[in-house]
Parts: sequence; C-alpha cells; structure tokens
Amino acid sequence: MNNIAPKLSREQYEENFAELHPAFTPVAATAEANRCLYCFDSPCMKACPTHIDISTFIKKITTGNMKGSAKTILSSNWVALTCAKACPVNVLCEGACVYHAKGEEPIQIGRLQRYVMDWYVEKGMPQLFTPAPKNGKSVGIIGAGPSGLACAAELALMGYEAVIYEAKHVAGGLDTHGIAPYKMKQQDSLNEVKMVEKLGVTIKTGIRVGETISVNELVRKHDAIFLGVGLKTPTRLGIPGEELNGVHDALTFIEKVTTRKWNLVDVGKRVAVIGAGNTAIDAATEAKRLGAEKVVMLYRRSEKEMPAYEFEFELAKKDGIEFQFLTTPKRIFGNGKVEAVECLKMELGEKDSEGRRKPKPVPGSEFQIPIDMLIKSAGQNIEETFLSGIPGLKTADGVVVVNSETLQTTNNKFFAGGDCINGGKEVVNASADGKKAAHGIDNFIFGRGK
Amino acid sequence: MVDLSTDCGGIKSPNPFWLASAPPTNSAYQVCKAFEAGWGGAVWKTIGAPVMNVVNRYAAIDYNGQKIIGLNNIELISDRSIEINLKEISETKKLWPERAVVASLMVESDRQIWHDIVKRTIDSGADGIELNYGCPHGMSERGMGSAVGQVPEYCSMITEWVTEVSTIPVIVKLTPNITDIRYPGRAAKKGGANAISLINTINTIMGVNLDTFEIEPSRGGKGGHGGYAGPAVKPIALHMVSEIARDPEINLPISAIGGISTWRDALEFILLGSSNVQVCTAAMHYGFRIIEDMIDGLTNWMEEKGFTSLDQVRGKALPNITSFGEMDLLYKAVAHIDEKKCIQCNLCYIACEDTAHQCIDLLPKDGKKQPTVREADCVGCRLCYIVCPVENCITMVRKENGGKPKTWNELVKELPQPMSLEDLRKFQHEHGIEIH
Ligand SMILES: Cc1cc2nc3c(=O)[nH]c(=O)nc-3n(C[C@H](O)[C@H](O)[C@H](O)COP(=O)(O)OP(=O)(O)OC[C@H]3O[C@@H](n4cnc5c(N)ncnc54)[C@H](O)[C@@H]3O)c2cc1C
Ligand SMILES: Cc1cc2nc3c(=O)[nH]c(=O)nc-3n(C[C@H](O)[C@H](O)[C@H](O)COP(=O)(O)O)c2cc1C
Ligand code: SF4
Ligand code: SF4
Ligand code: SF4
Repeated sequence: MNNIAPKLSREQYEENFAELHPAFTPVAATAEANRCLYCFDSPCMKACPTHIDISTFIKKITTGNMKGSAKTILSSNWVALTCAKACPVNVLCEGACVYHAKGEEPIQIGRLQRYVMDWYVEKGMPQLFTPAPKNGKSVGIIGAGPSGLACAAELALMGYEAVIYEAKHVAGGLDTHGIAPYKMKQQDSLNEVKMVEKLGVTIKTGIRVGETISVNELVRKHDAIFLGVGLKTPTRLGIPGEELNGVHDALTFIEKVTTRKWNLVDVGKRVAVIGAGNTAIDAATEAKRLGAEKVVMLYRRSEKEMPAYEFEFELAKKDGIEFQFLTTPKRIFGNGKVEAVECLKMELGEKDSEGRRKPKPVPGSEFQIPIDMLIKSAGQNIEETFLSGIPGLKTADGVVVVNSETLQTTNNKFFAGGDCINGGKEVVNASADGKKAAHGIDNFIFGRGK
Repeated sequence: MVDLSTDCGGIKSPNPFWLASAPPTNSAYQVCKAFEAGWGGAVWKTIGAPVMNVVNRYAAIDYNGQKIIGLNNIELISDRSIEINLKEISETKKLWPERAVVASLMVESDRQIWHDIVKRTIDSGADGIELNYGCPHGMSERGMGSAVGQVPEYCSMITEWVTEVSTIPVIVKLTPNITDIRYPGRAAKKGGANAISLINTINTIMGVNLDTFEIEPSRGGKGGHGGYAGPAVKPIALHMVSEIARDPEINLPISAIGGISTWRDALEFILLGSSNVQVCTAAMHYGFRIIEDMIDGLTNWMEEKGFTSLDQVRGKALPNITSFGEMDLLYKAVAHIDEKKCIQCNLCYIACEDTAHQCIDLLPKDGKKQPTVREADCVGCRLCYIVCPVENCITMVRKENGGKPKTWNELVKELPQPMSLEDLRKFQHEHGIEIH
C-alpha cells in the first residue's frame, strides 16, 4: 500500500477507540433505574426482539438484586452482553420507551443491561440455570455466531446434546469478529461464548461444514440441524483494478480491528469506502480512528436512501468522514498499488420493486479521487454453494426460506436463523431466532407444544 | 412592600426562618455565619447536663437517587460547657441585635437546677428560652427530653419551674413520640409557656445490614433507635402543628419544625397557623445558603398573591381542616384520563385492576391499547391519579349529583341507630351509589 498512515501511540489508539457508551457507576445506574416507571405490559419489552422483561430487570437493579436481574435478562437473550453494547437501542427498546411520549429522554436500557451483564461477568458468570436431564437427543448447530450460540444454549437447557461446528478458530461469529471496538470488546463476546459452554454446549472450532465434515455426516450424527451460518464475505465490485494492493474488503479489515492490535493494522493516508450501510460506516470510522487522514464514502444513491442508521451516519460525520453521494466507482488505478479511484456521478431514476429510486450513471461525469486504500462494503450474500448442498433446502430473495413460527426450513431436519434468514439484521434478531428455532426443533423432535 | 417579620410569643425576628436547635447552631461561629447568610433567628443547640457522644451519629434514607429523604441522629445535647455556650450566645446577640437568639435548655428534673440555668440564660442576653422536651434518645433514658414530653404532668411541672423565674419568653418544644400531641400542648400552656414549637424527632431504626446483621449505623457492632427528621416527616409535622393550632384550650403561638426545606414547606406550616418555622436537616444537607431562596421565594409569593405581611397569611388553611364526619358523603368525582397526554405506561390500569376497583379498561386505539376509565364503576378513590407519572393526565372530575350534601354526622341523626347495613345501602342506592 502507498502512503501508509503513521502508527499512533497506544494511548492515542485507546482514546480513539474509547467506548461510545461507557459503563454506569453504581450510583448513576441506580438513579437511572429508578427513573424507569416500571410500566405494566411495557412497550420497551415488546420492541426488544428477544422480549427481555425490561421493567423487571431494571426494577431489580433498584433493589440491589443483581443476580435476579441478570437471570431475567439471560432467560430471554443468551447474548445479552453483546446486545447491551451493540444493539441499535434507539430504534429498538429505547425507541419505544414511554418517556418519548412525555417529551423526555428515554431510559438508557442498553446501558443498564450492560451494567447488569458486566456485573455478571465480573462475578465469574455463576450458573443461573439448571439444565434439564439429558433427553438423549442431539442437535448439530452450524455456526457459532449469536444465532447458533442462542440456539445451542436453549437446547442444552432443555436437555439436548448441543454441538456447534464453527469454521473459524474462534467462536462468536460477527460478535467476535465484526462489532466495532468502540462499541464492545472482543473479550465481551468471548465471555459470552464461555457462558454458553458452561451450560453444557460443545463448540468445535476450525470445522467448516461442507469441507472439514460433510453435511451428510452431520445429518447422520444429529436428530436435527440448525443453520446459523450468517452471510458470506462481500461480493466483488466487478470493476477493473480490484486486485490491486491496497484494496480490501470491509469484513477482513474490520476483523483485524476487532483484535485490538491496532498497531498491526495498516491504513492508507487517504481511504475510500464503497457503500453506505452500517458495515461501510464501521469500516470508515475505524479507518479514521486508526489514523487515516482523509476518509471518503462513495454511495451511488442519495443521503435519503442510505441504508445506515441515522445515528451511525451522525457518528461518521462527527468523525470527519466525507460523503460523496450519487457516486459510483468505475475503476481503480494504480501501479501494483492503489493510487486513485475513478468515479461516475449518478442520478436517481424510476423506483424499483422496493420503492427505492434506481440510480443511473450520468454520461461523461467521470472524475478521479486520489487514494491509498479502498475498502469495499457493498452488501453480503448467503453462501449459495454450501446451502445448495443441503437436499430440499430452498432459498429465495437471497435468504433461506423458513416457517416464521418454527424457523424450520424446507428440509424438515434443518432449521435456520440469524443473518442467513433475514439478509443481515442485528445480533439481537439472531439471538431471538436461535431461541425460537430451539423450540421449533424441540417441537419437531418430540412433537410437543403447538 | 412585603414585610416578613414575625413575632413568636414575644420573640421578634426579621423573617420567619430560624435555625432549629441542632448542630447548625452549635457555636457562635456558625450562628453568626448563618445570620450573615440571612437567617432570621437561631435556637442554640440545647445546653445543660453533661454528656458524651458516640461516633456514627447520623443515618439517612435515600430514595430513588434522592439523598436524605429522612435523617436520623443520636446526637445528644451540646457537649460543650454551659459557660462557653452562654458566653457565645451573649457575644452573638451583641453582634446581631435584631436577630432572634433563643437558648435551648435541658437539665435534670430539679427545680433548683432549672432556676439556676434559667437565670444564667437571662443574664446572657438571649431573646428567649426553648425547653427541649423532645430528644428521644440518650437524654430520655436519663429522665430528660422526651421522657418529659411524653408525660403531660412533668411537662407542666417543669414549664412552671421555668416560667416562675423567667423574665423572657419561654417556648416549649414537643416530642411527636406520643399518641395525642394536644395533651403535652395543654400541659405546656398550663405551665405558663409563651409559645409551642414542634416537632422534635421521631423514634426510628434506620436499617439493618444484610451482611453483618448490624443496625445502621453501627457503633462498634451496636446500634439502636434514633430521632428521625427531614422531608419524610413533614406530613406528620403538618398534622401535629394543625392539631395544636386548632385546639381551643391551647391557643398559643407556634414555631413549626419538621421537614421544612423550602419556602413552600414553610408556607404550608404558616397557613396551618404557625408564627414562624425552624429548619435543621435541609441546612445540614446544603448549608446556610438555602436561606436565600427561602426569603426570595416567600417574598415573591407574597407579592404575587398581594399579601404584605405574614399575619394576613397565617392560619388561612385551618378552616379547611375538618373531621371525617363533616365531609360530604355525596360529593362525587371520577377519574378522567386525558388521552392526548397519556403515554400508555398502564400503571393506572394495573393499580386499579389489582388493588382498587377494576374500572380501567385497556381499549384498542390506533393499534395500541388505551387505558380508559369506566366511569360508572369508578369509586373515585384517586389511586390512578397518584400513580400516573404524567402531570395533569389523570384528573378527578367533579360529577354533579343534583342532590344536597350529606355528612356522616347528619346521616347518623337521620337513620335509625344503631345504623344497619340495609338502611345505609338504601340511602346509597337512592343517591346512585352502588357497592360492588
Ligand atoms: C461489520 C459489522 C458490524 C456490525 N455491527 C453490529 C452492531 O453494532 N450491532 C448489531 O446488533 N449488529 C451488528 N452487526 C450485525 C450482526 O453482527 C449480525 O446480524 C449477527 O452477527 C448475525 O448472527 P448470525 O449468528 O446469523 O451470523 P454470524 O455472526 O455471521 O455467525 C455465523 C458464523 O457461522 C460460521 N460459519 C459460516 N459457514 C459455516 C460453515 N459452513 N461451517 C461452520 N461454520 C460456518 C461463521 O464462521 C460465523 O462464525 C454487524 C455486522 C457487521 C458485518
Ligand atoms: C389505603 C390504606 C388503607 C389501610 N387500611 C388499613 C386497615 O383497614 N386496617 C389496618 O390495620 N391497617 C390499614 N392500613 C395500614 C397498613 O396496614 C399499614 O400498617 C401502613 O400502611 C404502614 O405500612 P406501609 O408503610 O407499608 O404502607 C391501611 C393503609 C393504607 C395505605
Ligand atoms: S437486547 Fe438489545 S433491544 Fe433488547 S433490551 Fe437489550 S439492548 Fe434493548
Ligand atoms: S417503557 Fe421506559 S419507563 Fe416504561 S418500563 Fe420500559 S424503560 Fe421503563
Ligand atoms: S398512568 Fe397515566 S400515563 Fe400511564 S397509562 Fe394511565 S393515564 Fe396513561
């Protein structure tokens, strides 16, 4: 890469990646918890995809019953620590808090949840649940991301043998390898993995199903399979110059940043990021925090169509990220190493099937931006090749087709959840899916319930 | 021009705010500093019999993040000598001639000892004497403080010993640790008191440590009851002050004490008949500077309401106090929810459903559920009104019933006695009141 940005001091890195929402002190937590109205049938609880009984766990903080509070949280959400730090709370629980209707600041639910989960981790994660006696049935879980962890934990609690197969050498999925370090530490995710293991779940890392072990073998070994495989690494842009040194895909770059060994991660002085989703924003802000002088985001539609959350956009602007809307990369120039990206201006045409106006290039509008590094983040897809190896499994619109009640796929032994069924949402959705699928599986195996 | 000056049993002060006899008035240094800040008077920390204090004297209840909703103490009276205290009273009075300096006294129940200390106090130049019949810990075990206040006979006897030699006004300070505050009040009157001050602190145990099983606060493993004060006791004090104010047998000026932190609190007591007020916990929480807003706020309120002196305000709320038997049984009001203000926290719903009269329904509205009062079944208990977190969202709406008011005392005269449930039901039915 040309013009690698100078490395920063340890202190500077720590400052740049300092937590956006620092921990509460006990006094502040209690004061905030006491502000909660303890609503009956509360809207915040409905807005949380895992339906944590929020008013109850907050009430328990006020009485000093931290253990009870942790149990209330975990009984709904097995990755509640990650969620507490990474959930987009203002569009979920906090967005639904009745204080908005009162014209006041909502309760800081995420930070309170974190306060409880931090306490739980600090106490060494004591066992809060007693798994049911073994029922002799076994479920294989593919993927140790939040959906797989949640599914496995729930199954273990119900008495199943739960075995997770994870391709990477470290479990946790994107919780471990994706979430921005100023939101949470990798160690938080690893703690959560440990917690799930403590429930009796076996996690086999370094095993890629379909390669290390065949799908058929898994089917023979287990009574049911859960697919929590997430999405695969970004698609190619399909433009000339993509192979140049200095072109990175966002996820690989972000994964390096999550290790917190920031001095080992090279960034260019001038960086362009392609895309404007939450991942693209993360990549841009992380590049900036690593010391890049200038980071510009290129997005082919306008600000209005931007898929990133409003607060992520705000964060990026605060970090000094520049935005080039209605701009698409045409080719990347460089002599072995990236030197510039040639872009085309776009204009918005008719609406597509989703009602978004389709961008189309403005002829002759080419211009160049000199850069040292280019980060691609233009969407992710399901792993079609792997999934097509599962007999009878249907996909549609880029996701695995499931029954929305049971999360059973079109192959009745296979269930699925998380990013691979929703096309990429949040950790909390994956967590909710994992739990739901566990009950779908239980119902399938024992014919219980509905 | 608003005049805030007051006269309580012959003791004058430029404003009604006095510091109560407590640690804020331990010394001349403190009282002078308080006067500089603007306090109208100070009742010196009680002086008298020799004492020795312990550590960890205070404990407080915090509520919902609010510090010191109630304060408990086991401090004894001043541990400095009578000589030093009287000397400092003397010096303070000379420096601040127009402020009220009152000496609080407590000695053994011996006529000669009382005579002696009263004379020395008069010589110091103090404006008046307050008799501490209230201290509920330490001193009471030695036959002083509330041990006197709880026995009306002792109360009048000691008051008499004091008034028979005193040439300056005598205030008797009462303990609330008694069933009917009027009895010691009448005893003080009988003993010749010029004014009554109340309340002293309330017996309390502040808490138990769940790890050590010690009483909070622990003094070397041991604790015990102390005297409770601060915002939490204000309603108790308001009631007791009103009882003294309304008792025709007493008819003495009142210096009100108990949970007064702001000018608003002070006004409530004045509206219930007190001449002035005394403050302790609020000053201990924030320092003497709170006097600024007390004077400022009271002055502004008086101006706004068009009052020029506190005499025009004093006792104005007393005629509105009555007994249950005199309240209109047919006054009807029902809860009403302002749906525009409602934030749908459903606290009113669950309160009414579980613990009142099951008359709030959750009715579908715009895809949400809207709590709605079934007026016909609302008994008007006001529980929903007090749990609702949104100001003016729930109101108790007066319902005309067309009929004349009827009090319990009148009803007792009209219905055959002893009153039967059947007769009462008939009366209720005639007036559209059904008991479910
Ligand atoms: C950069 C980035 C930042 C994000 N930030 C946030 C955030 O701040 N807050 C938030 O709520 N969400 C965030 N998300 C989204 C969130 O991480 C995902 O929605 C969530 O992790 C999905 O969970 P999952 O279990 O479905 O899949 P993943 O977390 O992707 O886990 C899938 C796992 O399956 C493994 N796997 C895949 N195929 C195989 C196979 N064949 N054999 C064995 N193992 C396999 C993978 O190695 C991986 O570990 C972010 C996502 C990205 C990409
Ligand atoms: C609305 C209300 C009604 C009460 N009615 C009675 C009663 O009928 N009989 C009784 O012994 N105590 C009654 N009490 C007193 C309570 O039993 C209890 O002693 C008192 O409220 C103190 O407890 P608390 O601080 O937990 O409220 C009542 C209290 C309230 C608030
Ligand atoms: S899991 Fe996320 S959405 Fe649910 S309560 Fe916690 S922070 Fe809010
Ligand atoms: S909506 Fe807000 S106030 Fe009500 S329970 Fe939830 S967090 Fe508390
Ligand atoms: S308590 Fe008040 S704000 Fe809450 S639901 Fe009832 S009326 Fe609405």
